[in-house]
Amino acid sequence: MHRTKVRVLEDVLDANATIARANRADFDRAGVRVVNLMSSPGAGKTTLLERTLPDLAGVRVGVLEGDVAGTLDADRIAGIHVPVTQINTEAGFGGECHLDANMVRSAIPALPLDEIDLLVIENVGNLVCPAEFRVGEDVRVMVASVAEGEDKPLKYPLMFRTCELVLVNKIDLLPHVDFDMDRFNYHLDAVHPGVPRLLMSARTGHGVDAWRDWLGEFALERQPA
Amino acid sequence: MHELSVARAVIATATRHAEGRRVTVVQLRVGHLRQVVPDSLAFAFVHVAVGTLCEGARLEQEVVPARLECAGCGLGWELDEAMFRCPRCGSAGVRITAGDELLLESIEVADEEDACIAPR
Repeated sequence: MHRTKVRVLEDVLDANATIARANRADFDRAGVRVVNLMSSPGAGKTTLLERTLPDLAGVRVGVLEGDVAGTLDADRIAGIHVPVTQINTEAGFGGECHLDANMVRSAIPALPLDEIDLLVIENVGNLVCPAEFRVGEDVRVMVASVAEGEDKPLKYPLMFRTCELVLVNKIDLLPHVDFDMDRFNYHLDAVHPGVPRLLMSARTGHGVDAWRDWLGEFALERQPA
Repeated sequence: MHELSVARAVIATATRHAEGRRVTVVQLRVGHLRQVVPDSLAFAFVHVAVGTLCEGARLEQEVVPARLECAGCGLGWELDEAMFRCPRCGSAGVRITAGDELLLESIEVADEEDACIAPR
């Protein structure tokens, strides 16, 4: 029996990276800036978007919703009169736990790219898998709620390392939970030294203005030539 | 969790390089920082491989420890906890020198004449 060894030396996620670059090129061509919004389930991504997007002055925004099943979140975004496109990942084996570049690629024809300046991709709630898969975003933003505990950066270092902004949500719960902000910051700086962070409560609206301002500035930033 | 997607990506890459031949061994380098659980990946690989050129192939995983290097003082060290700061000078300017790879290193393929042998 004859066997041949074939040298490959290829990153197995190269195919995803290639599609992600194609997505980004499409978004760039349309002049659309893209945020990949990630968090654990229940950290408050959708509530934050409901709080932020209606008052984003001068920015036309669209949302791409990734969920394992159902349209609950998409319905909420539609409720604030923001164009929303849904991707359900359940066609995979029991439902994929993240969006990948190909899923976003298949949704592009349904996106109103000519009518928006900013696309927020709300990823599937998960702190592990979405970190591995670029989807064509310009920036990655993650939401970490104080209810999750201050140790999460150490447990999910890849997620915390690959984002450009951390939104610390649910600070209205601080009196009720054992969450030490100094320790959280220390852990966050251990895995991603100096990453910008904003404290807020999507429920009360406290601190949300800073995130809205950040989004507005990001959306209107000129594309690098 | 994402081991299933990783298994699919491994098989897709291996299949592309196999050029129609049956794959008998897949050698993968898995960086410690990639949060891949080797046992889960092995399990997913067996199932996802069914019906592909990789069906029945042996998946060999080499787990690569994470190594960092400080741009400030030049110290190199192996990461054992999630601390991306130089333990000697405290600098945040650190570079990952190993441990973030997810690399299909090589495959072994069976040549044409024994492509139709009965499964072992």
